Amino acid sequence: MDRIPILKLGGALIVTIQVDMHDRLALALEEDLTAMIARTGARGVLIEISALEIVDSFIGRMLVSIAAVSRVLDAETVVVGMRPAVAITLVELGLELTGIKTALNVERGMSLIQARLLEDDEGHGSHRDDFED
Amino acid sequence: MTISKTETLPVRSGDDVVRVRQRVRALAIEIGLGLVDQTKIVTAASELARNTLDYGKGGDVRAEIVQAGLRKGLRLTFEDQGPGIADIDQAMTDRFTTGGGMGLGLGGAKRLSSEFHIESTPGTGTRVTIARWK
Repeated sequence: MDRIPILKLGGALIVTIQVDMHDRLALALEEDLTAMIARTGARGVLIEISALEIVDSFIGRMLVSIAAVSRVLDAETVVVGMRPAVAITLVELGLELTGIKTALNVERGMSLIQARLLEDDEGHGSHRDDFED
Repeated sequence: MTISKTETLPVRSGDDVVRVRQRVRALAIEIGLGLVDQTKIVTAASELARNTLDYGKGGDVRAEIVQAGLRKGLRLTFEDQGPGIADIDQAMTDRFTTGGGMGLGLGGAKRLSSEFHIESTPGTGTRVTIARWK
């Protein structure tokens, strides 16, 4: 079965969706990301969707669901690279990406996640990195 | 109004939904719709094809290129022989769902189309027609 690759960069996980999502692929991505957050203790998930020609409520629900599960595991989801035509359509469709942060591009998305990692370093002596495998 | 092209696509699996999206995109480009309008009709088609699959237990979509005077349009008819919809007004309401979805499919598809028409008979099936004009 096809799977979407997940890259780890520091405390962030990065996913680029380059294919037309179908049901099995969406479910596999959600499972893989959840397992990977738990294993690596990542604090952020960056999902890059500039290749997506549409975001319908099926994909919207997948993104919302990934963000919700990630949040329970203490990681924040940032969706980046949405095409302008997709953004216009999404608003008209009435889809709200509840619980998802968005950023214009990968660079801005990464700086949102970096800010979160910096807070950790300044913070309370809990170093999630200690638990990495 | 004249119909200059007709094709019928099956909606029986998740992969069929992807194929419907790709075909609708190609036809939208063929009649010269701009990028935003293409995206709207493809998104509406995706919502309705998924309804046909999930709620109608599968069916077909008929795609037609139509012409009225100098205007060209893309008309899509989604038809299933599923359980039908008892209360269409309720089904059109945003956030209402019987299938665990987000409940945006019908209302969203209507907002994304220039024309929208739905008929449904409980026990017989549902037919949804949308059009987008250039």
